[in-house]
Amino acid sequence: MGGRDATMVLLDENGIRCDGRKIDEPRRIMIKAGGLKNADGSAYIEFGDNKILVGVFGPRDVHPKHMSNTDTGILRVRYHMEPFSVGERKNPAPSRREIEISKVIKEALEPAVMLDKFPRTAVDVFIEVLQADGGTRCAALTAASVALADAGIPMRDMVAAIAAGKVADTVILDVNNEEDQAGQADMPIGYMPSLEKITLLQLDGILTPEEYKKCVQVGVDGCKIVYELQKKALHEKYFGNGGD
Amino acid sequence: MDNKRKYVIPGDVVTTGPFRPEQNVILEGNKIISTTIGISEIYDDSVKVIPLTGKYIPKINDLVIGKVISHTSLSWELDINSCYVGFLPAQDVFGRDFSAHADELATKLKSGDLVAARIANFDRTRDPLVTISDRDLGKIDSGDLIKISPSKVPRLIGKRGTMIQTIEMATDAAITIGQNGWVVVSCESPEGLLKAKKAIEMVDEKAHVANLTDQVKEMLESRGES
Repeated sequence: MGGRDATMVLLDENGIRCDGRKIDEPRRIMIKAGGLKNADGSAYIEFGDNKILVGVFGPRDVHPKHMSNTDTGILRVRYHMEPFSVGERKNPAPSRREIEISKVIKEALEPAVMLDKFPRTAVDVFIEVLQADGGTRCAALTAASVALADAGIPMRDMVAAIAAGKVADTVILDVNNEEDQAGQADMPIGYMPSLEKITLLQLDGILTPEEYKKCVQVGVDGCKIVYELQKKALHEKYFGNGGD
Repeated sequence: MDNKRKYVIPGDVVTTGPFRPEQNVILEGNKIISTTIGISEIYDDSVKVIPLTGKYIPKINDLVIGKVISHTSLSWELDINSCYVGFLPAQDVFGRDFSAHADELATKLKSGDLVAARIANFDRTRDPLVTISDRDLGKIDSGDLIKISPSKVPRLIGKRGTMIQTIEMATDAAITIGQNGWVVVSCESPEGLLKAKKAIEMVDEKAHVANLTDQVKEMLESRGES
């Protein structure tokens, strides 16, 4: 992980954070739909210093067969961090943390995808984190949703995600690695903007009820910013421009 | 809603009001929401989205091109470029007096053979049942297979078949389009075959471009002179 500086100021008196952002300002986000030829759908996201590639396959045959469901298709998600994605080499074997994040992302996508049209099939989502800098689960969820749309999987809505948090007793948007390590709370939020529904909400840290409400509001507003970029990425690939 | 057609992505509200949701849209409250990337079309009483991406989902009566994967003593299995395999019973080929002992399936269709087939029956509980007992169906003996995205098949056919007619006229090729995105082209002259293939690939790549028929026509004619 990036070196923790004991003298680092997370939030200065002018409301500027350690990387120069304002309290409600997300990092630079770039999303690209497509890019992988052999996958049915794919997406690449740069979320600050996070770099994540997602490939989607399916609907396709389920192997092993006993996992298949005769009523509906199933969604399988693998979140994986490359050995070179963090400062110190990460063992490529799936860790406890990666298994948890895979499950969390799967459950955050499930309300959006409509797999009941494809019984006895599976949709596989492969998430590869090439470079990590805090907030990978949100970035991965955002990219996975674009990749699923690119694959043509029917979806009720896109899922956009971003983290809100608390540092220096202030509610902030888009927690980076330093703020995650030294901050007081981290709350990743996944949100379906058109249906106005939350599909992912985790919280690590302690918040008062007021701060909690504020955090959710800040996170949901942040998701709407991310959603616009998802929309732009898909429009660019399919309609050749940023808007209609 | 003033304009009838627009570009949509999943979650976009196509329209609100008393419309019947058709393909690729869902009704959520009184909003009609697109479930896929595509072009929305609003008719007098219904709304649909024409998808621009996605796998082939079998529909009854669709003409598809299938490739024989394997057979049992009673049926063939066809790869129809979908998440399900096509099921072709032996009776369909041998007739009703088919006998599993007397008739050998491999004599009619071997694995790797291409067939033009029609989806006879499909529901969510079983794999699609296909048939080749109809006019123009059956084993394809000659021609080149081209794979395009199934969502671009309507574009290749064009409005009332204009696109495919343009290609066929200019190249003298016979083109069979399967709804599953597999296309078989056969032509007497090798140049015609090459040109037709090129045109089909062009449609696949530039499906979203307006006036594509004219562009294809131009391409076909310019190549003809050189």
